This record gives sequence, C-alpha cells and structure tokens, in this order.
Amino acid sequence: MAEADTAKATRFETVIGLECHVELSTATKMFCGCLNAFGAPPNTNVCPVCLGHPGTLPVPNEKAIEYTIKIGLALGCRIAPHSIFHRKNYFYPDMPKNFQISQYDLPLCVGGHLDIEVDGETHRVGITRVHLEEDTGKTVHGGATGRIGGAEYALEDYNRAGVPLVEVVSEPDMRSAEQARAYLTELRATLESLGVSDVRMEEGSLRCDANVSLRRPGSEELGTKIEIKNLNSIRSLYRALNFEEERQQVALERGEPLIQETRHWDEGKGITTHGRSKEYAFDYRYFPEPDLAPLEPDPQWIETLRAELPELPAARRRRFQDELGLSAHQAGLVASSAEWARFFEATVSAGADPRAAANWMTGDLAALLRETHQSLTAAKVTPEHLAELVKLLDEQVISSAGAKVALAEAFATGASVDAVVEAKGLRQVGDSEALGGMIEQVIEENPAPVEQFRKGKEGVLGFLVGQVMKKSGGAANPKVAAELLRERLSGSG
Amino acid sequence: MTAELCDLTAHDLSAKLAAGDVRAIDVLESTLRRIDQVDERLHTFLTRTEGQARTQAGLVDERVARREEVGPVAGIPLALKDVFCTKGIRTTAGSKILEPYVPPYDCTPWERLQAGGAVLVGKTNCDEFAMGSSNENSAFGPVRNPWNLETVPGGSSGGSAAAVASGQAVWALGTDTGGSVRQPASLCGVVGFKPTYGRISRYGLIAFASSLDHVGTFTRDVRDAATILSAIAGHDPRDATSLPEPAPHYGAGLDAGVQGLRVGVMEDWLGTEGVQPAVRDSVRAAVDRLVGLGATAETASLPHADYALSAYYLIAPAECSSNLARYDGVRYGYRAPGGGDVMEMNMRTRGAGFGDEVKRRIMLGTYSLSAGYYDAYYGQAQKVRTLVIRDYEEAFRRFDVLVSPTSPTTAFRLGEKTEDPLAMYLSDIFTIPSDLTGTPAVSIPCGLSPDGLPIGFQIMGRLMDEATVLRVAFALEQDLRFAARPPLLEALSA
Amino acid sequence: MPVEIDVQHVARLARLALTEEEQERFRRQLGLILEHAENVREVAAVDVPPTSHPIPRSNVLRPDDPAPSLSHEEAMASAPEEESDRFKVPRVVEQE
Ligand SMILES: [Mg+2]
Ligand SMILES: [Zn+2]
Repeated sequence: MAEADTAKATRFETVIGLECHVELSTATKMFCGCLNAFGAPPNTNVCPVCLGHPGTLPVPNEKAIEYTIKIGLALGCRIAPHSIFHRKNYFYPDMPKNFQISQYDLPLCVGGHLDIEVDGETHRVGITRVHLEEDTGKTVHGGATGRIGGAEYALEDYNRAGVPLVEVVSEPDMRSAEQARAYLTELRATLESLGVSDVRMEEGSLRCDANVSLRRPGSEELGTKIEIKNLNSIRSLYRALNFEEERQQVALERGEPLIQETRHWDEGKGITTHGRSKEYAFDYRYFPEPDLAPLEPDPQWIETLRAELPELPAARRRRFQDELGLSAHQAGLVASSAEWARFFEATVSAGADPRAAANWMTGDLAALLRETHQSLTAAKVTPEHLAELVKLLDEQVISSAGAKVALAEAFATGASVDAVVEAKGLRQVGDSEALGGMIEQVIEENPAPVEQFRKGKEGVLGFLVGQVMKKSGGAANPKVAAELLRERLSGSG
Repeated sequence: MTAELCDLTAHDLSAKLAAGDVRAIDVLESTLRRIDQVDERLHTFLTRTEGQARTQAGLVDERVARREEVGPVAGIPLALKDVFCTKGIRTTAGSKILEPYVPPYDCTPWERLQAGGAVLVGKTNCDEFAMGSSNENSAFGPVRNPWNLETVPGGSSGGSAAAVASGQAVWALGTDTGGSVRQPASLCGVVGFKPTYGRISRYGLIAFASSLDHVGTFTRDVRDAATILSAIAGHDPRDATSLPEPAPHYGAGLDAGVQGLRVGVMEDWLGTEGVQPAVRDSVRAAVDRLVGLGATAETASLPHADYALSAYYLIAPAECSSNLARYDGVRYGYRAPGGGDVMEMNMRTRGAGFGDEVKRRIMLGTYSLSAGYYDAYYGQAQKVRTLVIRDYEEAFRRFDVLVSPTSPTTAFRLGEKTEDPLAMYLSDIFTIPSDLTGTPAVSIPCGLSPDGLPIGFQIMGRLMDEATVLRVAFALEQDLRFAARPPLLEALSA
Repeated sequence: MPVEIDVQHVARLARLALTEEEQERFRRQLGLILEHAENVREVAAVDVPPTSHPIPRSNVLRPDDPAPSLSHEEAMASAPEEESDRFKVPRVVEQE
C-alpha cells in the first residue's frame, strides 16, 4: 500500500467524472398525472400512460422543467433557448415503452460549474450538462438467490416508471476520491437548498455513477475509462473510488491492460466487479420524440426563476464565517445542509451566540442524532431549546456538564430546557453557604490532595473542584467552588 | 332500389330523429340487420358491440322522448377502426400481439362521440397496426371490397371504408398515416377526409408513426364529414401535438361555392405511368366540372413530391420501430410460451405476434436509425420532408387547393401485390405527401371505371384550412351527384 | 444496387425472432426497399433543417396536478403473468 501510494503520487493521476441522477420532488410524474411518491404498494401509482399502453401519449410536467432550470441556474449553466426530447431505444422490462424519453444533443442546461472545498482549498468542477428524462420502474429478481445472477424470474413494479429524473453530468475534473465525495456532498446540499428533490440516496432519489481513469501526470489524454454503477451513498462512492484507484494502479504497474467496462460496486465485499464491456455498447437509436414539442423557455421566466433561487450552500458558508464569526470548519458543517442551516439560524435568531450554537450542533446534538438515527427535522429538539441552553450556560446558571444532561433530556422528551433544569436540579449552586458544607466534606475526605495543595501544588485544585462538582451532581458553579476552596485552604491553613 | 335507414346519411337520419319520425333503435336495428347480411362476406368487423349499441340507442331515444335537444351524432351508428382504444372493448390493431387486449381507457375521439350520443356498432378490421394499403395485412384475414368481392377495399382503414360503403355503419373513423383513409375511401366509393395534423387528438389512437398519424373520417357525403369532424376536432390537453384552437363549426359555409377559387391540377401525377386511363379521365372530367362551377384551373407542381414516397418509407418505419417496441409480452397482450430469459421471451413474442409487413417495417426502421445510418436515412428523409413542406407552401401561394387522383388505380385484386412490397407502396404515392406536410385532404368519389369500380378525386388544402377543402368537395359532390351503389347492396334490395 | 444489411443483428436489436426463411426474404426485400429509398440522398439538402413535427410548436406542458391512476386491479388486468402484485417476466440477463 505504501509503495502504491508513492507510485500514485509520482506516476499516475486519477481522473474522475460523475453522472448523478436526481429524482425531482414534483407532485406528479414527468408525463402523466400519477402521483410521484415513494413507498406506495406495487403498481398502484400507474395509469395507461406510464404503463406504456397502446395509444397513450406523454405531456411534460411544467414543474419538472422549472426544477431543471433551477438546478441549471444554481450550477451556473446556460439555459438552452431551444432544447428537445429524444427517444432512447433499448429493451428492458422495467421500461414500459422500451424507450426512455430523455435528452440527447440538445439538453435543457449546458456548461456550468460547482465549487468544492477540500482541505481548505477550493476546486472548480465543470458541469457538462443538466438534462431531464424519465425514471424506470423497479425490478425485483426472484428465485433461489434473490440476486440478478441466479434469478429464475423477475417482477416489475412501475410506480417509479415516469418519475421525473434529472441527470447532472460533470466534467472529468476531479482528481481524488476526496474531491468526488466533496462534489457529491455539495451537489446534494445544493439540490436540497433548491427544494427540488428529496436527495435521499438510500431511497434512490439521488443516484450516482462514477467514471474513473488513471493517466500519467501532465498527460492531456484520458486513460481507459471505467464506469462504476450502483453507488448508493456518499460513503460507497468514496470507498468504491479508493478501491478502483488502487485496482487500476496495480494493474497499470504490472503492465496489465485495462478494458473499458462497467463495474458494479459490491458494498458488502467492498470491491467492484465486472459488469458489461464496451464492446456490448448499446445502439440506442436516438431520434427526436415526435410526440413532444421542443422546449423554448421564455427568458422572462428564466429570470424569474433566477430571482427565486435561494441562498446556496457556498454563499451560506461564506456568510456564516463573515457575519456570524464561525470558523471555516464550523461553517462547513453547519451550512452544508439546508436543514442544518435553518436550525442554526433559528437558534441564533432566538438569541444564542453563533459559535456556541454551532459547537453544540456539531458536537452533542449531532451525536444524539447519530445514535438515534434521526433527522434534525424529525427530532423533538428545537432551536428554542438550543438557544435557551446556550443562554443558561452563558449566564452560568448551568454548567457545561449540566447542559449536556439538559440537552439529552430535551432531545429525548421535547421538554423545555428550563423545565429540565428545574426537574433535574441542574441549576448551578453558586452561593458560598450552600457550597460550604460540600467543600468541608471534600477537604475532610481528601487529606492527601489537600496537603499537596497547601504545599503549593496548584494543579491539585482542579481535582478538588471536580470532587465538589461530583458531590453537587453537576450543579455547583465550578468557578465559585474553586474560589471558595482556595480561600478556605489558604486562609486558615 | 329502396334505401334502408342504414343507407341514409347522418344528416338525414339526424333530422328524422329530431322530428320523431324514426327512433335511434330503428336505425340501429336496420344497421345490425345489414351487418348480419353482409359482414360474413366482407369480413368488416373484428369485434361487434350490438349489446352496448342497443343501450346507447335506447338512451338517445329516451332523451328525444323527453324532448331534450340531441346533437348531430346522437343515435347515428358508428364504426371505429380497431386502432382506437375503447374502454372495456377489445382493441387489436389487427394484430395477433394485441388479440387479447382490452384497453382500460377511451381514446379522445370516441370519448367525444360517446358524450354526443353516438352508437358504436363495432371495431373494424384493418391492416396490422395500420400498415398496408389493401387490408391483406390483418392478422384476422382480409376485408373485401363491397363493389367486387374479389378486390381489396384498400387500406389500412379498409374495414371502416367497407362498413360505410355497405351500410354497416353510417359513418366511421379511420387513420391516415400514408393515405389510409383517403385511399380506401377512394377504392370503396365513399368520402374520406383527413384534416390538419393535430386537428383531431391522437390520444388513444394506437400509434403507427407519430409524426404522420392523422385521424380521419369515412362518410356518405361531404356534409357528414364536416359534421363528424366538428364533433371530434379541437384541442386535447392529453396530446401535446394537438392544435390549441377549439374546433370551428365546419358545416357553416359548405355551400359557398367555388367561384373564383384557384385550383392547381397535379398534371405530373396524372401523367404518371401507373395511373389507369379511367382514373385519369374521370379526374380530368371532375376538374372541368369545377371550372364549370366558376373555379380556375392551372397546372401545379410539387418538385420534391417524387422523393416523398422514399422519405415516407424511411420516417414511418423509424417511428414505428420505436412505437411498437412496447409490445413485448410483459404488461398486456400476447406472450409466446417457452423458456429462457426475458430477451428470448420478447423475441419469440414479437416474432410470433407480428405479421410480415410489421416485421419488415420494424426491421427497416431499426436499421435506418441505427448507429452510422441515421444521417444518411432518417436525417436526410426529415430534410426532404422540409422540402416537400416548402413545395406545398409555394404551391399554396398560387392556389387555394391542389387536386389529383387519390390513388393511381381502382381497387386491385386480392393477392395481386402481396408479393411485392414496393408495388404495394406505390398505391399511396398521391396520398403520402399530405401526410408528410400535415395538410388537410379529402377523397370523394368522382366516377366509376368501366369494370364498375369507384374512382376517387383528391382535394388537398392549406394547413388549417379544412373549410376550403370541404367547400370545394361539397360543390363538386353536388355537381357530380355520384349515386352508384355497390352491386352487393343492389342485390340485397332486389 | 440493393443495400446489404445484417439482418440478424437488426432483428436482435428489434427483438424479433425470425425464421431462416424470413431472414432471407427480409434481407432481399429490405435491400430493394432501401435501394429505392436511397434516392432521398440525391436531394441536395445540406443547409435544410430537418422536420420532426409537421406543425412547429413549443412549450406544450401540463400543470403539476394529480390525475386519477388506474386501480391496481385495472393495471394488472392485462398482465400475461403476475406475482406479488407485480408483472412477472422470465429472468433478466444483462447483455447488450
Ligand atoms: Mg440518463
Ligand atoms: Zn401514470
């Protein structure tokens, strides 16, 4: 591995381009009025049009065009004054018409870019095109193994057939798995901010194929291109690219030729496997879809949509740093998701210090969400909770230990932070009278440390304060406790 | 000769129904009797719907009895070519691959006619997926021409043409992709009208070639053509190629005459080698009649029309190869038995489910769209299509209508051209250009050949200008007074 | 000259199982039809735009409003084979 790493650094450059498919979150499908909904019982959101019945005709969904233009604008694309749909002809049982209505040489959006940040450096990834097409149905492979290989038959559910699908094709501008991961993360955040897709990779509403090749540094030519399919999460993309980079690296070093092929990512085994060679390339027999008219979006409409664009993650990150004083790292964490940014901003408007709020969100709150597999929106905890927490902490009404307890409780029950503090007795005890007794006890129970402190070993004070905190169940104000201890131990010797 | 109710025009029947002189059920029973008498010999229908028809006729009679106003299609027996999807009624497109298919929805034209009280007597036989010019490509056997049972009725809407010609329906719908309404109308001696592309919704019409498919009508006279067109035309949001305008009332202005109208005569076409002398003479005589009625006639030409047939035989198969890909034995229709994987099942199903001509055109279209051939064939054919459209635009600057024979010949004998696809394709040489351009055109009977077969006269108009086409047709029809009837019917009434 | 086409390849692309006799007949007939149709190539049309729709229109769209779907029973009514509420087909093998 170490050897390969050296070779990688000196002998080869990785070239990555991504093709991402995004299911749009319109109310209805692309070409018919069936509901565009995930998780319905099989073959219930279907009609003669999306089942490809004889005689049926497609009529495009205006909202899907609007969403595609918005994506194009957010990615800095030019919106084509004239674009058309083509038919992409191939047989597959999940495709009711045995052709897919897609865009070919005249897509709706062309030539944009997406900026990503990796290790504090900004890279610009070119966007070749953004086009609109229809999704296919879902095939379940049945029989002995349940996998495509050993299957005896297949079952088709056409609920997803005809769902509007946007394809975002990047230029081969990425040079590492880290960059690809950052690109997909940034694209997802951008789509999420636009509100045009659920971007749930686990449900398939955002899917990604990666093209990878290796070449000598400085070479302009691309190496043999391998396409990796079936990347169902950002983590899969990252792992698959690392694996594939290594695999190609080793092959090239051994002088083994690579073939142009499609490979599948096997999440369980952590490897890619051979799918289809280029020699079996489809002959799609593209031709202009005669049942549909060209798209020629009114420039006025495009400008209206441009004006409606929300703040995108990159701009938000900048603002959070410049105006709210977050570090680049904090801003990256909080601003990269629309959901998180909304929560954060609401917390700040409720009076919380921005940096403290960001710290709590990316620390304890993130951990709680991870543990309970919840999204921020679904969780019971609110920006008001967090703002109150930060405020009480700032006013030293609670200790940070107490704050952790209060947050966990508010997260679990949705109860107000005030109520939790009262119920759990988390209010910091700061008056010398109440603390006096505990301090006497601690001195009594820890003769050796007390002796050390008296001999001038200042560091022991922290330990003694900790003992007071423990006794108070986290409620003691550590500053006051330290002062009182110092006073008591240095005073009457 | 005593004409029965089923032999009358729709406007005659409608007037009688409104006046209470006849009941819809009487008209229907007359039509059903005629079907019983002749359908076995003509093989017009693939599916008969008399049960449903009696219910529909009964409803019309109830409305009339309640003195409700009923529209011009109410109570009139109608036949639909079996490419129009009818909910709950088997729709086969003349193909084995759709033999078991019962659509779960209605096509727009039938939906509109149904709402107007039309009475559907059945689904008519046709060339498989509307591909053919003789009806011999039906998977269920050919239709015969009521004028001579040894000859073809034309195609692909031969069943609808034969039904109207033989009194088995008062009017009928067909489809015209390369002439499939006008050519059989010509061969069966009825009026066949194809309006502007998009004037009638294609929603629910089983597609052959999307950019060329037109819905058309078969009627006994031109007034009926205007009436049924008015009932089904107009914008349909389910067809993105449907014209946005609402349908005008085409009956108004029919009788405005042709005084001063400029008629362009397709002399090149009349001079074509394959045109029968009787056809040529009859068409020239009809032109003279138009001049006699006050029109002017001059020679017109469409320089690229010679290439129209070739362009058509590249574009139509290309679109059909894609449109017919959905017939794969997965979701509906026929599935061939046997083992293997899904691709083998698809291939067996399509190999056994499609007939010769359909396979030929799917192969042709697949080839001409495939990698490396697109520009030379499909792409070039689309450019030629542009040139034909420009020719029409040019010609219509000088003329209000263009006229020609509908077909080079009268009805030919069964089997005469089945072995030679190219000879069969030539049968549509005069009808194809108007499908490439999407312009309206009509065929009306203009005479009989010496062997007693009808000859069709074609009138072609400007884009969107159905009105002028119908006006010229009406004037000529009134003047010609073509009243011959198929000998078969004369024998029945004797 | 009749055009020579690879009938087997085209039939596979089009998913048509053809008999030997059909293959031979189609090879011959398609060759002749294409030879005839090739005359479109004589037409000088380099700068002529192609027509894919006889009547030019643009932006024919529908609002994003739901319309009724078929009932599950209606959707499955014509299925040649069905299992677990889905359309059943023979196994799918990945290929061209
Ligand atoms: Mg795609
Ligand atoms: Zn649908």
